[in-house]
Amino acid sequence: MTLKQDTNSPSVGAPESWVSRLWRSLQSLRSSLSLRKGSVVNPADRAFLWVTGILAGMVILVLGAITLQMIRTSMLSIRQFGWHFLVSKDWDPVLDAYGALPYIYGTVVSSLLALALAVPIALGIAIYLAELAPNWVRRPLGFLVELLAAIPSVIYGLWGIFVLAPWLRETVQPFLAKTLGFLPFFQGTPRGLGLMAGVLILAIMILPTIASVSRDVLEAVPSTLREGALALGATRWEMVRKAVLPSASSGILGAVILGLGRALGETMAVTMVIGNRAEISLSLFDPSYSLASVIANEYAEASGDLYLAALTELGLILFGVTVVLNIVARLLIWRVGKVPAGAGRA
Amino acid sequence: MSMLRIATLGAMVAAASLQGQTVVQGAGATFPYPLYSKWMSEYQKVQPSVNVNYQSIGSGGGIKQILEGTVDFGATDAPMTAQERAKAKSPIFHLPVTLGSVVVSYNVPGVSASLKLTPEVLSGIFMGQITKWNDARLTGINPGVSLPATPITVAYRSDGSGTTAVFTEYLAKVSVDWKSKVGVGKSVKFPVGLGGKGNEGVTGLVKTTPGAIGYLELAYAKQNKLPVASIRNKAGKFITPSPEATTSAATGNEIPADLCMSITDSNGAKDYPIASYSYILVYENAKDPVKGKAVADYLWWAIHDGQKFAAALDYAPLPKDVLPKVEAKLKSLKANGQILITRK
Repeated sequence: MTLKQDTNSPSVGAPESWVSRLWRSLQSLRSSLSLRKGSVVNPADRAFLWVTGILAGMVILVLGAITLQMIRTSMLSIRQFGWHFLVSKDWDPVLDAYGALPYIYGTVVSSLLALALAVPIALGIAIYLAELAPNWVRRPLGFLVELLAAIPSVIYGLWGIFVLAPWLRETVQPFLAKTLGFLPFFQGTPRGLGLMAGVLILAIMILPTIASVSRDVLEAVPSTLREGALALGATRWEMVRKAVLPSASSGILGAVILGLGRALGETMAVTMVIGNRAEISLSLFDPSYSLASVIANEYAEASGDLYLAALTELGLILFGVTVVLNIVARLLIWRVGKVPAGAGRA
Repeated sequence: MSMLRIATLGAMVAAASLQGQTVVQGAGATFPYPLYSKWMSEYQKVQPSVNVNYQSIGSGGGIKQILEGTVDFGATDAPMTAQERAKAKSPIFHLPVTLGSVVVSYNVPGVSASLKLTPEVLSGIFMGQITKWNDARLTGINPGVSLPATPITVAYRSDGSGTTAVFTEYLAKVSVDWKSKVGVGKSVKFPVGLGGKGNEGVTGLVKTTPGAIGYLELAYAKQNKLPVASIRNKAGKFITPSPEATTSAATGNEIPADLCMSITDSNGAKDYPIASYSYILVYENAKDPVKGKAVADYLWWAIHDGQKFAAALDYAPLPKDVLPKVEAKLKSLKANGQILITRK
């Protein structure tokens, strides 16, 4: 009956009333949601608030539980070595002497160098894809970048061993030793496998993550900003630099932090190329080690309570390093973003 | 009395088969996994009612799981330490079931001949004292081979492994320096070199790095067609690794009551010096008589009929003088105070 009425009514009238009704209900939902917590009246909204609140709270709960459990398991090592664990260079399971410094060094240096290499390139890719590329390039290229992010790390590792490392050993490292050999970073026997291979593998692995997330962020910037900048006589470069990038900076920071997280926690590919040697050396040619790799390598066969506790403490440190680097990255962007934003952001 | 025992056991087994398959769970060492995997599939043909399941999670994991009682048998390359044995609620038996050898592989540009290594040179290389392939100590024992001036890159296992334990145990026996400065263990602090994860990691390092030298299980070196060094044994002979030379190394040694014995650097003229037993770990008193019986029968089959599968997979069969001792241990396995294996 109703159906018949609808079809009989004027063809423009029906959709209009539908749209406006939907619009009104959306408006009322919006206003009820934007009320302060105390004044939520609708019981369904209250339930929604609680359900989502609990879901968000679970993250904190899980995080807290993991931290507590890790502290409990590593207590033996924390008691035995104290703060010395963080600064000792010695890791010797035979003597039951453990120190984390070479692993911390390897993790932080390899991740930060990888980030330094990957971020400019990833931003270039993102800007090209979001702002400059013609449509027929944008889609397939964007798809390929995302495909790169889906390659399993063991494949990157194998490629590192059989392609990247020999190339570094035969071509890149001898060249660097010849031209920049006076620097302490490019000294020693060129072996291919080592810190440099680890940095390059990590850079390649985090590149697609940073690039594709940054592209999404750039694409979300309202086009009015671009039009405004262009209307004021800005070139394309000025438009990107002064209008688009500043308003996308927090999203790009998010992309960088995602990449950093992957670099810090990457285990398989790194352990396959970094040389797995607990040593601190300035030279990029020398082998190094990372926190995640040593845990993966030694945990399965570790026996002895102190040994296991020390390995768990490495996990705790990795957790701490991740938190500290995230905070530093946020502070950095916050400070850098503050100065030039005055003109660009508004 | 024994008739009664057999009758009760028979009844138990019958009850088990009525319920369907008996599933026996084992976990531990990765090193003997290819052989254990072969045994599982072959035993299925002999005894279809028993399903043996083995997870190669590493020796450390195998010891942990048998101590916690979550598996029916564990497996390890290196015997349990005193600290680990102290954690056991009831006595655990070590049963040697197969033998494996650790070989030294290398990648020296332009050299296709098999290299000879003495214990002194091998420990010198791994200590970082010999750094070039044309070192006089290397050329001295390899007359007729023209060794290049390529720097030596040592490759070791970065993951904890029984292979490292066997190799370092050998080096500690032949070098005072190694014993005092590095020591023996599944993970040690190697003085020089690069670490590769797993046998495949070391294989990759040796294959792709000119001048590399590393230690591997025999099977890996063979599968990857890597050259292996012959090592001078205690009797002064250079021995190429093989299952026969490994069984020879295990023969004629003094056998301790717990069957845990080192066979590195043994005395015989035909002995390959870097080899080791791989052990199955079982409780002397099984908690579950049906599973206990199934494990005991399976192990009895493994040390007899199972041995013929070893050589094809580059493991060495148990020597003749050790077999009766393992049989005796198996015959003393119990469940609820009753002996599980009653055959002659």
